[in-house]
Amino acid sequence: MLKTFAKGGVHPAECKYSEDSAIVNLPLPKTVNIPIAQHIGAPSKAIVAKGDKVKVGDKIAESTGFVSANIHSSVSGTVAKIDDILDSTGYKRPCIVIDVEGDDWNETIDRSTELKKEISLTDKEIIAKINASGIVGLGGATFPSHVKLSIPDGKKINVLIINGVECEPYLTSDHRLMLEKAEEMLVGIQILMKALSVNRAMIGIENNKPDAIAHLTALVKNYPGIEVHPLKVQYPQGGEKQLIKALINREVPSGGLPLDVGAVVHNVGTAFAVYEAVQKNKPLFERVVTVTGQLISKPSNFMVRIGTPVSQLIEAAGGLPEDTGKVINGGPMMGKAVNSIEVPVTKGTSGILIMSKDAAKRKKESTCIRCAKCVSVCPQGLEPYLLIKQTQLEKNDKLEQSGVMDCIECGSCSYTCPAGLPLLDYIRLGKSRVSRIIRSRKQ
Amino acid sequence: MSTTILLTIISLSAIGSIAAIILYFVAQKFKVFEDPRIGMVEEALPAANCGGCGYPGCRGFAEALVRADDISPLFCPVGGNDVMTTVAKILGKEVEAKEPLVAVIRCSGSFAKRPRTNEYDGATTCIISSNLYSGDTGCQYGCLGMGDCVTVCKFDAIYMDKETGLPVVIDDKCTACGACVKACPNIIIELRKKNKKDRKIFVSCVNKDKGGIAKKSCEVACIGCSKCVKVCPYEAITLENFLAYIDPNKCKLCRKCVEECPTNAILEINFPPRKQKDESIEGTEQVKSSEKENE
Repeated sequence: MLKTFAKGGVHPAECKYSEDSAIVNLPLPKTVNIPIAQHIGAPSKAIVAKGDKVKVGDKIAESTGFVSANIHSSVSGTVAKIDDILDSTGYKRPCIVIDVEGDDWNETIDRSTELKKEISLTDKEIIAKINASGIVGLGGATFPSHVKLSIPDGKKINVLIINGVECEPYLTSDHRLMLEKAEEMLVGIQILMKALSVNRAMIGIENNKPDAIAHLTALVKNYPGIEVHPLKVQYPQGGEKQLIKALINREVPSGGLPLDVGAVVHNVGTAFAVYEAVQKNKPLFERVVTVTGQLISKPSNFMVRIGTPVSQLIEAAGGLPEDTGKVINGGPMMGKAVNSIEVPVTKGTSGILIMSKDAAKRKKESTCIRCAKCVSVCPQGLEPYLLIKQTQLEKNDKLEQSGVMDCIECGSCSYTCPAGLPLLDYIRLGKSRVSRIIRSRKQ
Repeated sequence: MSTTILLTIISLSAIGSIAAIILYFVAQKFKVFEDPRIGMVEEALPAANCGGCGYPGCRGFAEALVRADDISPLFCPVGGNDVMTTVAKILGKEVEAKEPLVAVIRCSGSFAKRPRTNEYDGATTCIISSNLYSGDTGCQYGCLGMGDCVTVCKFDAIYMDKETGLPVVIDDKCTACGACVKACPNIIIELRKKNKKDRKIFVSCVNKDKGGIAKKSCEVACIGCSKCVKVCPYEAITLENFLAYIDPNKCKLCRKCVEECPTNAILEINFPPRKQKDESIEGTEQVKSSEKENE
């Protein structure tokens, strides 16, 4: 019996069309728009000006606080302007626009493909390096990684959990990375273990990726302390709290963090980025992006420079199909439709999903019949039908008591609702209202 | 048989009268004194319970009025000056007459003027749509068109115009309670002075983009050209973030800015037609065409 998390969850059709396409480097775009806010936390501050020449890997925006991240140029060329440009949040936000000229890398970056196993830095140096390289959680939440590695005094971490679950349907970027960059990733995990001073790391992989499980199981023999754990396929197992429950059977308390139960979770993509940053001195300026969908002629996995317009990825995957209804940044469950295909790829873009008009259509809304399906699928044990009613009636104190802040926004409730109610949309609204109240209370 | 009925009646009436006596004394003992004026004031209020005064319903407002020493900062937007003078008379307090207000929609981006760039099929409320993205047009400041303002209006004073996709305020019904102002996530609706004969002049746009970008996304956007600022003889117009704003307290309704605006973003409502209308329109058109040639 394979392990999984305790309550709730759904199992949508997997549709992993692109799982057999190897990662391809996407040709350089003509211009890139690099948003200065690509992570959770304070937006960075641009340190270049119009007309400046930059090389690949040069720092172009500086972190402005502890929970913030540096941003590096993904191309070489001239800064054309710093302007408000539409990005995947759906709003115009400040972007650094760079006109691409050649592909001139910063000299300090080691471009050799040779595997470097020796870890020469100390734990403090590793965290500083990760901070300087602008690494954020590449699973999609884009939480600055150095924050997760800086353990406050009095907390004890005894296990590092590596998230190779990729429970979102369609997406395969982590899957390909585990197959093609396994050794680098494992060294990256060792670096993270050293930074956290733990001697145990568990990689959780869902059972629908048997090739990745076999490949990594064979390799981990050379890496003491790292274990591979196959998991039952169940959405949203890639959620931090769900993965901890599945692997080590500990429950993160309401309002708490994984480090309260002695665990830290990082994504496989982050582990690979850590390897490149620490061993090759390469900051985070490119990532693997899956371009997929039923209508896409060539579902692919691309290594993409941050800031590349989404339209170029779609072009490389065979062009935008005629019957396109929605272009989604991310997976079908948690992703968000973009309102223009010219939005740039950011650090959090794990996939671009193209949906047909029929598939993209929402169910027609009808009345809640209290069937409680949403309650039974909620992995956090919440009552979505109640939360949306409380949101609609603006009962913010009740909403807080009902635990709205524990919602991980996985969308299982909206997926399962037979009445087609936009449960998650309302819960997000309720969450934003309650979090505003909580913030004002703290001040 | 009859004795049973008789006994029942007697015993029940005895219990009833004893209970009545006890209840009477308890009621006397725990009597809560309530200022009778609260009831009188509540009677005078419009009983709309809209919350426009900032208190939970008319009862709450009545309590606040009785409690307050100086009632001049309190105002019932629905009842207006008439109700406030009645209330002041009941309470024996002073009240100043306030200028009546009315809600105006500061967006003219109708379907025809503001092209749609994408479709939205999520939950049909403005607040959720604005949580997700900037709206289905190129303008991220304008009306989202899903009618949160219509839903919150307790007086049926706003309706959605299906032709334009914009809300319309019915001036006679609007009580300026401000519910729609709070409901609009893009803060398009503003409460402005209700001038004589409902005459209004205002910049019907909230777009803070630079001129070129604003104009591209909407034909009737304020492009921040500052022509109106220069022409205004009363210094009522200010320009901030490429957006003009007419101060209702300084504006004397001279209508000079309306003629000057190159994008027709400034609206004049309920004015009589201008004298020599034909000439002036021709004039502006000529100016516009010559501008286009220059571009």
